[in-house]
Amino acid sequence: MRRVLFLARAEVLHVVRDRATLAQVLIVPILQLLVLANAATFQIRNTPTWIVDLDRTGTSRGLVNRFAGSGRFEVAGSSASLDLANDALLRGDVTMVLAIPHDFEASLVRTGVAPIELSLNAEKGSIAGIVQSYATAIVSAYAADITPTARPRVDVRTHSWYNPTLDYRHYMVPGILVALVTLISTLLTAQNIAREKELGTLEQLNVTPITRAQFITAKLLPFWALGLVDLTAGLVVGWLVFGVPMRGSLLLLFGAASIYLIVTLATGLWISTIVETQQQAMFVTFFVMMIYLLMSGLFTPIDSMAPWVQIVSLANPVRHFVTISRAVLVKGAGVADVARPLATLVAFAVVALTFAVRQYSKRTA
Amino acid sequence: MTARLTPGAPQPAPAIRARDLTRRFGSFVAVDHLTFDVGAGEVFGFLGANGAGKTTAIRMLTGLLAPSGGTATVAGHDVLAEAERVKRAIGYMSQRFSLYEDLTVRENITLYGGIYDLRDREIRERTDRMLARLGLERQADDMVRAIPLGWRQKLAFSVALLHEPRIVFLDEPTSGVDPITRRQFWELIYEAAAAGTTVLVTTHYMDEAEYCDRISIMVSGMIGALGTPGELKREFGVPSIDDLFVRLARPS
Amino acid sequence: MTALAGLIRKEIFHIIRDRRTLVVIIAMPIVQVILFGYAIRTDVDHVRLAIVDPSPDPVTLAIRSHFDAAGVFETVAVLPDSAKLETLFRRGDAQGAVVFESQFAERAVHNGPAQLLVVADATEPNTGSIVAAYASQVVQDYEQTELASGRRVAIVPDVRMRFNPTRESSNLFVPGLMAFVLTIISSLMTAISLTREKETGTLEALLVSPLRPWQIITGKVAPYIAVGFVSVIGVLAEARLVFNVPLRGSVALLLVEGLLFILVSLSLGILISARTSSQRVAMMGALIGTMLPTLLLSGFIFPIESMPSPLRAISYLVPARWFVLIARGVMLKGVGIVYLWQPTLALAAMAVVLLAASTHAFHERLDT
Repeated sequence: MRRVLFLARAEVLHVVRDRATLAQVLIVPILQLLVLANAATFQIRNTPTWIVDLDRTGTSRGLVNRFAGSGRFEVAGSSASLDLANDALLRGDVTMVLAIPHDFEASLVRTGVAPIELSLNAEKGSIAGIVQSYATAIVSAYAADITPTARPRVDVRTHSWYNPTLDYRHYMVPGILVALVTLISTLLTAQNIAREKELGTLEQLNVTPITRAQFITAKLLPFWALGLVDLTAGLVVGWLVFGVPMRGSLLLLFGAASIYLIVTLATGLWISTIVETQQQAMFVTFFVMMIYLLMSGLFTPIDSMAPWVQIVSLANPVRHFVTISRAVLVKGAGVADVARPLATLVAFAVVALTFAVRQYSKRTA
Repeated sequence: MTARLTPGAPQPAPAIRARDLTRRFGSFVAVDHLTFDVGAGEVFGFLGANGAGKTTAIRMLTGLLAPSGGTATVAGHDVLAEAERVKRAIGYMSQRFSLYEDLTVRENITLYGGIYDLRDREIRERTDRMLARLGLERQADDMVRAIPLGWRQKLAFSVALLHEPRIVFLDEPTSGVDPITRRQFWELIYEAAAAGTTVLVTTHYMDEAEYCDRISIMVSGMIGALGTPGELKREFGVPSIDDLFVRLARPS
Repeated sequence: MTALAGLIRKEIFHIIRDRRTLVVIIAMPIVQVILFGYAIRTDVDHVRLAIVDPSPDPVTLAIRSHFDAAGVFETVAVLPDSAKLETLFRRGDAQGAVVFESQFAERAVHNGPAQLLVVADATEPNTGSIVAAYASQVVQDYEQTELASGRRVAIVPDVRMRFNPTRESSNLFVPGLMAFVLTIISSLMTAISLTREKETGTLEALLVSPLRPWQIITGKVAPYIAVGFVSVIGVLAEARLVFNVPLRGSVALLLVEGLLFILVSLSLGILISARTSSQRVAMMGALIGTMLPTLLLSGFIFPIESMPSPLRAISYLVPARWFVLIARGVMLKGVGIVYLWQPTLALAAMAVVLLAASTHAFHERLDT
């Protein structure tokens, strides 16, 4: 045990004395958090829209106003012809074209049904689908409003729980925190041990009687603490800058983080055993982590993924911690609510650590 | 110098025993059926040209590299099956500087003192003594990165001997150091040997070969000569170990 | 063989011998194409719904069956009251809930309107809004089809997804992925390669050789251009094979623009490595200065329009942003240089500026 303390202290000294590492640990994650939280959003607002209103009646203008006043669409231009609209679409100036035919109101009065055309610029990416959903919702809400009914039978009200202001950052920041903590802990561990291999200092350690378990504990302990420090810093920034809620127990969050970090650190350790240089460590870590992060439901919801991917993601520890993070911070979940992902993380931690320790060898075969 | 074994007296177990020790890297045989003994308390010179396989052999004996074939015991323990037991009994100074450049001299020593389970007081005392002997006191709190090569060698040497191991492996300890330091190293080696420590040392300086009790010369992974310096000079009819070395190392 | 050719050959050896990095360079784009195609999606087409129905009656049951029939909703729980609702939401078991008031039919028919509450988990704002909108639509549907009173009004939108009719998300990320892969190879690897030579001191040896500085740079980066090209072609091929991503425009134009983009990225890589001699710092610099912006600010995954204006402004400086625009235009819309002259000009301008800057910085570095 004493050996562990001696080595861990040396590790801390290494980190503290290396400016590049310090920047990596403290500055870069916060920077990433700030940029990512603002950039990683699918929030729809001011979607540039082109209006072609060939009807020009009260009803058609009413529809247009609905769009304009929704806060989600911004009228970028209007014309009497579709050509200009198509041009704008082709150039990428607008995301949507709303075309109302010339007998819109008349048709509604006569038959109660009227078509309109919504053209969406699908090359804009995933938001095309989201924009479509909002557009069709506005259209049908408008249709319901102009329906002459004697007396409504059902009154529908909507409550948005957990994120009443619909701030995308409240959704993203808890996830980004996970990403940061993951990257830092895995990368540092992999890099650190790879560096010792490169420099030859690992050899001097390997020739001592220090056991694998002691060595690994001494190596991982400082980075485990650093991971938690980063989480704290990120939470503070998230709360101060973005107003991210912290409805649940922070103790629970940090407890889950402590377990989660074991998994990521063990992964970093494993990566360090399969590379020879620091540079390779960075590459491989980045590659592996990217896969994990993209499949974790962090950036895009798990429910939207293809079914087979959803099943595969159950084996992804990042997914579980992201779930926990969001549930605890945004939904105020308690231990019982996150029992399933938490138990999974514990299992992962045990397996990952065992595997990593087995893998690590003080001797070259 | 060292405790000599008188012929006829019962021999204690050798500190290092290698039997057909072999190491292959793919099709290249780096160490080829190495067989030799090193007695307790001996100063054994492990010589050979660059690439002859010395460092590979040492890495096997210290448990850092697994042998491809053959066996070896160090301090009575098998290097393959009981590598960790071996490590408790040995000290090692590698050819390439392998301590931490971003720690101070003292911090490096303290670290390894702790890893070898020395008490705090022991660490302090031995560190002070070692630093004094090697003239490193003024650099004690300097970052290793900032001190010159020769003094780094002194540091590595200190770490190898700090915990007073039974057997110490020194891979080219004197390369790149000034003559005064060389003298200091060899004084410490003799002292350790006198106290019963077995020293296996490699060197490029053939005059240092004369300081050893026995030497071996490796050529292309095999031992080309083994014996006391005197015996070998007589056997091969050469005036100096230098000449012996040239004779053996030159391709026929 | 000329000195330059020899240098190129050496660099190729470096690349080939570093097996692990090579594997990552080759495997990464392949894996990413699959990942992006199947995992990075934002469509909401399956919503887990909880029903709170204190007093089931024909009306509530009718509405509930409308929900079932909508195809989008899956009823995961039917509760007699709202007590357990919170837990379902917290666990993520339900994304939305429909809460009927008691004696619903009674109220609806006699002294209505009956209150129906739609609760949406808005942790993810879009899902929340869409769930709410879908639910409201279902109820409106019910009102209009079940009730005889009043005229039914329906505005039927004909939705056209232009330039990507199948709406496969794979079609959209391939251009961004190409930019990403090229950025990694051109900026990251170049920066590492150059600083590695500086760190090991071999650059000095090169400098005292008869090779001119421009030859050294060319020799070192030429293989990476080739690797980049091959990677991009690999991504395109895989995208076509697995996801049928179209390529409606001119392949030649795409490749030329790709070359332009590679030039820009390379210059960035050289610029970064000219400033530092440490591989680690170069790598971090390349990561922050090229990869992150490409990933986040180029419109690759996240729409630029959704970002706050400072970030939108910064995105103009990100070369990948322009390339993604160009690539999407060529691949999905099939347009030519007529529509793409602006982004092309932007890239060209960046190339000129960066090349000049990096050559200057490199010369400076060499002279010190």
